[in-house]
Amino acid sequence: MSLKEKLQSSYLAFEDHLQADSPLHDVRNKAMKSFETKGFPSKKEEAWKYTSLNALLNKEYSIFPKNDTAIEFKDVKKYFLNDIDTYKVVFIDGVYSSFLSQITHDVIDVCLMSSALNKSKYSSIIETYFNKAANSDSLTCLNTAFAKEGAYIRIAKHKEAQKPIEIINFATGTEAATMLQPRNLIIVEENAHVQIIERHQSLNNNEVLTNSVTEIFLEKRANVDYYKIQNDTQNASLIDSTFIQQQRESICSVHTFSFGGKLTRNNLSFKQLGEHCDSILNGVTMIEDKQHVDHNTLVHHIAENCESHQDYKGVFDDRSTGVFNGKVYVEKQAQKLDAFQKNNNILISNKATINAKPQLEIFADDVKCSHGCTIGQLDQDALFYLRSRGIANKEARALLMYAFANTVLESVKIPELKERINKLIANKIGVNLGFDL
Amino acid sequence: MLQIKDVYASVEEKDILKGISLSVNAGEVHAIMGPNGAGKSTLASIIAGKEEFELTKGHITIDGEDITELDAEERAHKGVFLSFQYPIEIPGVSVTNFIKTAINENRKAKGLKDMPASEMLKKIKEKADLLEIDRKFLSRSLNVGFSGGEKKRNEIFQMAMLEPKLAILDETDSGLDIDALKVVANGVNKLKNKDNAVIVITHYQRLLDYIVPDFVHVIMDGKIVKSGTKQLAYELEEKGYDWIKEELV
Ligand SMILES: Nc1ncnc2c1ncn2[C@@H]1O[C@H](COP(=O)(O)OP(=O)(O)OP(=O)(O)O)[C@@H](O)[C@H]1O
Ligand SMILES: [Mg+2]
Repeated sequence: MSLKEKLQSSYLAFEDHLQADSPLHDVRNKAMKSFETKGFPSKKEEAWKYTSLNALLNKEYSIFPKNDTAIEFKDVKKYFLNDIDTYKVVFIDGVYSSFLSQITHDVIDVCLMSSALNKSKYSSIIETYFNKAANSDSLTCLNTAFAKEGAYIRIAKHKEAQKPIEIINFATGTEAATMLQPRNLIIVEENAHVQIIERHQSLNNNEVLTNSVTEIFLEKRANVDYYKIQNDTQNASLIDSTFIQQQRESICSVHTFSFGGKLTRNNLSFKQLGEHCDSILNGVTMIEDKQHVDHNTLVHHIAENCESHQDYKGVFDDRSTGVFNGKVYVEKQAQKLDAFQKNNNILISNKATINAKPQLEIFADDVKCSHGCTIGQLDQDALFYLRSRGIANKEARALLMYAFANTVLESVKIPELKERINKLIANKIGVNLGFDL
Repeated sequence: MLQIKDVYASVEEKDILKGISLSVNAGEVHAIMGPNGAGKSTLASIIAGKEEFELTKGHITIDGEDITELDAEERAHKGVFLSFQYPIEIPGVSVTNFIKTAINENRKAKGLKDMPASEMLKKIKEKADLLEIDRKFLSRSLNVGFSGGEKKRNEIFQMAMLEPKLAILDETDSGLDIDALKVVANGVNKLKNKDNAVIVITHYQRLLDYIVPDFVHVIMDGKIVKSGTKQLAYELEEKGYDWIKEELV
């Protein structure tokens, strides 16, 4: 049985437990139909030209993993931010772990998608927001059909989440191969603020395929800083689709740190619906072996006087492969716009590859749009400069890689997180950089 | 201390140094002058260990040890320091972090532990004061957006921090205004002692009024064509290089 067939029959079983008269049922059915028609994306599609899912689709995945896995906090402590207090929404193999979580309903809602989907008091919210930002590509549809659990966050008008929120999806894969489909819904109301850190982490070497979808709605003057940490094991693959809708004067930044995993695909899509929005997309990719990271970004400018800033840096070693496909779409009425895109890559090994494709589609005439893309090696003159000061070759290379990524790190607003990411980078390049990071 | 014996060097198949010999003893200051493109910076790079340049013949020793096969960092650990004619800009690394890393990497090579943070801070402050460098400057990215003079001053700051045995200053004076020249020269003189040596590469006699050389050498077309005392620098300032060329033919 192919994975697609397996998903079809799993859906029928899943559907049996759903309320037949719920409006959501329709949404799911439609989504499933759409997935059935489209199937998994193939390299024939422009957006998937450089990323093949084939090797992932022939595994025997369990679609609804059992939830009997116990994890001890001490074993997973290192995946949390420990130096500061945070809200935590934690899942183990797709099932909520109350033991590892710290949720709240006090002023702000940091809780579960399952509650939001099933409890009647949330039904109007679900009707207003669920699946309203998401697009209809086949993997998003698949997630919508199976949407069951994830984080549900709502920050009410003029409120500020006092602590960052960590959303962590652990995979134990007690079964050989696991498919997970978390679904997050985040609503940040007028002038509300929140910082969120999202992580997918496999705890062993079993095969995991995560098809995650997150919808984020920013109302007027809302402010969101979102951080994605992707530092997973060799057998963990992630397709992450994040859809963001911004109303006027809102600011949303998304940082994506891709440091590991078998295959990682980031679909990050912004839609600016009101004037004076700012969208910030930053990324650092550092991979090796045969890892693959694909960033597929879209900023859809619809309103006037908005800005978007993209800065993606990539360092590729061994036979790793990277893709950057950044699209900026400017509607005719989106005048007085400032859209900026930068993608810089360093190939450490001559077997590594990067496919970079910036796409600007501009239909307005009074806009400032710029993009720049570079692919190169470490600067030999800079390397000599450092070595001539007594810094050994390995450390000098590391320092240059660190420096290269650092311009992106500088915009991380949670100091403890910045330090954590610095450590991850130092670890990755295998050196102690000898100064306080 | 430094012995250069009949050194030939080339880059991309092009011969640049064509038989250079030079001997520098501890406690000495040597000046190297010569027209543009003569090979002065190439000589400096060859001593510091830039891989791009190929040593096709000859030897370089420091305290009797042949360094021609050593990597740049190993030469630095032996006390070689090059103040670059064109210092490299490195965005993302602050001057402070860079110098801390360099100091501790040098200590590591000598089997020493990292320098304690308080000692490091004290030393940074002391050397920054010596060279009249503003503290704010030290947190900026290395050489990025520095003026020509600031870059040179920063090179000498690094020299002051690393306290090399052999310092090669490649046109450190170019880009410095008169006051800065005095500050930098004063810094170099303070660091000078009987156990270390300095090679200054310059086009201008003026610097040599401040950093007084024991010997002056003229390089033309990859060879040392004349050596003398400080007096030679005055002659060059006055008459240019043509008379040496004429002497040669
Ligand atoms: N990487 C290189 N590739 C090709 N030629 C080079 C390279 N580096 C130096 N050269 C050449 O070698 C010659 C000597 O250069 P060098 O920089 O040593 O001169 P210099 O004496 O320091 O001159 P200046 O006074 O202008 O600084 C020049 O002709 C230069 O063009
Ligand atoms: Mg030169």
